[in-house]
Amino acid sequence: MGEVIDTAALVRSGSSSAADVMDACLKRINSRDKAVNALVSYDEDRARADAARIDKKRADGQTLGKLAGVPVVVKDNICTEFSRTTCGSKILESYVSQFNAFVVDQLIDADAVIVGKANLDEFAMGSSTEFSLHGGTLNPWDTQRVPGGSSGGPAVAVASRMVSASLGSDTGGSIRQPASFCGVVGLKPSYGRVSRYGLVAYGSSLDQIGPFATSVDDAALMLEVIAGHDDRDSTSVNEDVPVYTDALHQPIDGKRVGVCDACFAEGLSDDVRLSVESSIEKMRDAGCEIVPIALPHMKYAIASYYMIAMAEASSNLARFDGVHYGYRAAEPRDLADMYATSRGEGFGAEVKRRIMMGTYALSSGYYDAYYLKALKVRRLIKVDFDAAYQRCDVIALPVAPTTAFAVGEKVEDPLAMYLSDMYTVFANLAGLCAISLPCGFDGSGLPIGWQLMGQPLGESTLLSMAHHYQSMTDYHLQAPELATK
Amino acid sequence: MSAKQILKTRIIVGMEIHVQLRTQTKMFCGCGLSFDAPPNSHVCPVCLGHPGTLPVINKQALRFAILAGLAMNCRIASYTKWDRKNYFYPDLPKNYQVSQYDLPICGEGHFDLPSETDPQTIRIRRAHLEEDAGKNIHDTGAHTLVDLNRAGTPLLEIVTEPDIHSAADAYAFCAELHRLVTYIGISDANMQMGQMRFEPNVNVEITHREGLSKTPIAEIKNLNSFRSVKNAIDYEAQRQIAAWEANPGYELGQAANENRGWNDDRGVTEFQRTKEAAHDYRYLPDPDLVPVTISETMMKEIRTDLPELPIARRKRFVSDLQLSSKDAETIVDHRATADLFEDAIEAGGPTDMLSKQMINIWLSLANDRQTDIANLGVSAAGIAELAGITDRGDINKSAAKQIAEAMLSDKQSPRELAKHLGLVQVKDTAATQAWVQQAIDNNAPAVQDVLSNPKKAKAAVGFLRGQVMRISGGQADPKLVGELIEKLLTPKPD
Ligand SMILES: [Zn+2]
Repeated sequence: MGEVIDTAALVRSGSSSAADVMDACLKRINSRDKAVNALVSYDEDRARADAARIDKKRADGQTLGKLAGVPVVVKDNICTEFSRTTCGSKILESYVSQFNAFVVDQLIDADAVIVGKANLDEFAMGSSTEFSLHGGTLNPWDTQRVPGGSSGGPAVAVASRMVSASLGSDTGGSIRQPASFCGVVGLKPSYGRVSRYGLVAYGSSLDQIGPFATSVDDAALMLEVIAGHDDRDSTSVNEDVPVYTDALHQPIDGKRVGVCDACFAEGLSDDVRLSVESSIEKMRDAGCEIVPIALPHMKYAIASYYMIAMAEASSNLARFDGVHYGYRAAEPRDLADMYATSRGEGFGAEVKRRIMMGTYALSSGYYDAYYLKALKVRRLIKVDFDAAYQRCDVIALPVAPTTAFAVGEKVEDPLAMYLSDMYTVFANLAGLCAISLPCGFDGSGLPIGWQLMGQPLGESTLLSMAHHYQSMTDYHLQAPELATK
Repeated sequence: MSAKQILKTRIIVGMEIHVQLRTQTKMFCGCGLSFDAPPNSHVCPVCLGHPGTLPVINKQALRFAILAGLAMNCRIASYTKWDRKNYFYPDLPKNYQVSQYDLPICGEGHFDLPSETDPQTIRIRRAHLEEDAGKNIHDTGAHTLVDLNRAGTPLLEIVTEPDIHSAADAYAFCAELHRLVTYIGISDANMQMGQMRFEPNVNVEITHREGLSKTPIAEIKNLNSFRSVKNAIDYEAQRQIAAWEANPGYELGQAANENRGWNDDRGVTEFQRTKEAAHDYRYLPDPDLVPVTISETMMKEIRTDLPELPIARRKRFVSDLQLSSKDAETIVDHRATADLFEDAIEAGGPTDMLSKQMINIWLSLANDRQTDIANLGVSAAGIAELAGITDRGDINKSAAKQIAEAMLSDKQSPRELAKHLGLVQVKDTAATQAWVQQAIDNNAPAVQDVLSNPKKAKAAVGFLRGQVMRISGGQADPKLVGELIEKLLTPKPD
């Protein structure tokens, strides 16, 4: 059961029309988005036309796809040829891609309708969706708080039930952390499971596209649609995509849940710790075995992660220079000035900070001490996880150390902001799949998420465990008040 | 001061060579290669570096690089990876170039440069794959235009050790390497189109009364002819020696190494920048490309594509086929010519006559038509037969050329063509004597010269022979004609 699955079934059978589904969706967006600023662009006419086309397809006797008539939004760093792809940056303010990302074509092939593009921290660099050309996105549970980031827009669009599913990207937690802050399901697939073609790169060796949904079932269906091999992405895995919606129902008794004590130590808020611990207990009740695991190099993960992400970013973002496309400074004196001023004016402060730190880390004389060392730590962390998965099937841990923090709280303290990724970066460094699941509310009524991390390409097991947990709880069914407007 | 008195100098040159590979498509995208297409007509989001695009390795380029490595006796890496070389320039859309930094596809090798007097071995340091940049066009007034057709074209960069010690050897090495890359089919290496570019690193070891000095190294950028390689090295060495004599501090390690350009019009190298000001390229492994593992099977397969290389083939032509080294060089220069030559031998053609006709007839016909010998449309069997009937004296040499030309458009065999064109050599003495007599009768002044003007006699005999050939329609046997002219015009002893 899931909203996406139900909608698609109704449209496929003809019980609902895609046009009616879209109509309702646009009404919700129009009444709710002003309060939270989740979307950066949407085109009602195009969305309605797409929905009508799907209805016509059905009327013509064609069988509709797995996402028949389902309205979705995608993060604005995923390329679409039918609308701008701004990455939340002035430097791409009016940029329209010449092609659709692989995942966008997959969605369209499955007869989903892409209603619009969702907000993000500029170039996916941030954990709060405060750093965007389009202004910050707000948390629908409390608009004084951030929705998390960098995929805050797609998370909020689902949390406030404007749409039932969306796509974000996750470089160090950018899907899972906002999912946890907003009380929805967020899935980061294993590295290589989903093609990155058409995702504007931040940290190429870490980036992965994944879905937000209100249930594990819907997340599984979304993954089923967007996963698969793509010749255009050399890092995409050439392995068949399992039918995840079937895999959900695998029995889980006897499965081993690994727990690392160090993940429950200092820095973790009590509310979060208690909720995650009680979720782990539920898994034990469901017949899972809880096993202790060690992650000896855990404490170096965040430093290693930021070093690698920033180094790659410094190179990935070099192409935004005002020469070929995007923002160009007016009246530059010469070539060097055109580069410096276009980039100086086009990028926001956080992006510039990361480019400069990444550039520094790759500079001759510093490379070995920073970038190369970070790569070595990354290898050690992978070894840690290989060892851990000898003892368990999935690992349980928090998503973020706290619930949603206040707007502005960490803007002036980048280090504090970076530390909010402390539990999520492992999966990116080690190429694991991981899911964030709603598991409770704190004293202020803000959602809490917990995280299950599976082995590379272990999505089937991961989703079955998550699904089983979901069947024992109703946290995922709760929506903020905004969702009722 | 006399301490600077130079006793001996030795030029030290290492070469960097860029070779554009003749793949179907660019290094990382599906665009075709182009050299004279309208600007920006061979581009796509990938080679334009648009956000969201990703590179995919061209497997053909990989094979070509391995083939080149094998031809240069290089150690082929079993594991090779891709690195980004970061620098900003408008002709580089991503502002990084995908290249190979610490694990190049081809490691150490060597290239044996043949010479009758002074054979040498040039060690290869490495050869790696990378993508070419586009072109900035500055000659359009206030603006610089960028053409990205070339962006992403696969390049093989070959780097030698500094084992070359004269400009002439550098010339010979470049020419030999050029022949090699075209021979193994990895590049058209058209130098006018910049498909092969040379960058010599030059300095000089100077022996003087106080010991040994070395000058700073100059890298001469982007030379695109063998001649400019030779001239630039010659000039640069002399310049460095003069600079060393004039400046006390001009020593390797003290003064800066530099990049220089070659001004072909003025015949001088010109300063571009010092190496100290060189970029920090901030190399990093390209996370968008997976490292490549090269299996033994793949190596074996590629090794079978490796033809006999030009130097070895030349040697064999001289030792086994008794060709002169000059003829061997001419025939081996292009693989298609040498292949056709050997096929014709296989088809029964006489080697000696074949080698002569290959050069004097077939290559010259191809050159006249500005094409390759393989494109003339003649078969090895036809070539062999023509050489055979010439060798047997069935036709004479000038008839052979006429028949060869006819063969370009007429599918009949050389023997049939000889018949139809009336070029079968007549060996009948009586008939020939009649033609000779006619020539004598019609050319009294020439006859007069033969008989009584020793200074002009030889030329006059030649003239008469030509007349006989003309009268006979080319059928006369020139040897017999010569004998008869001599016989008929020798004053009879009374
Ligand atoms: Zn292209």
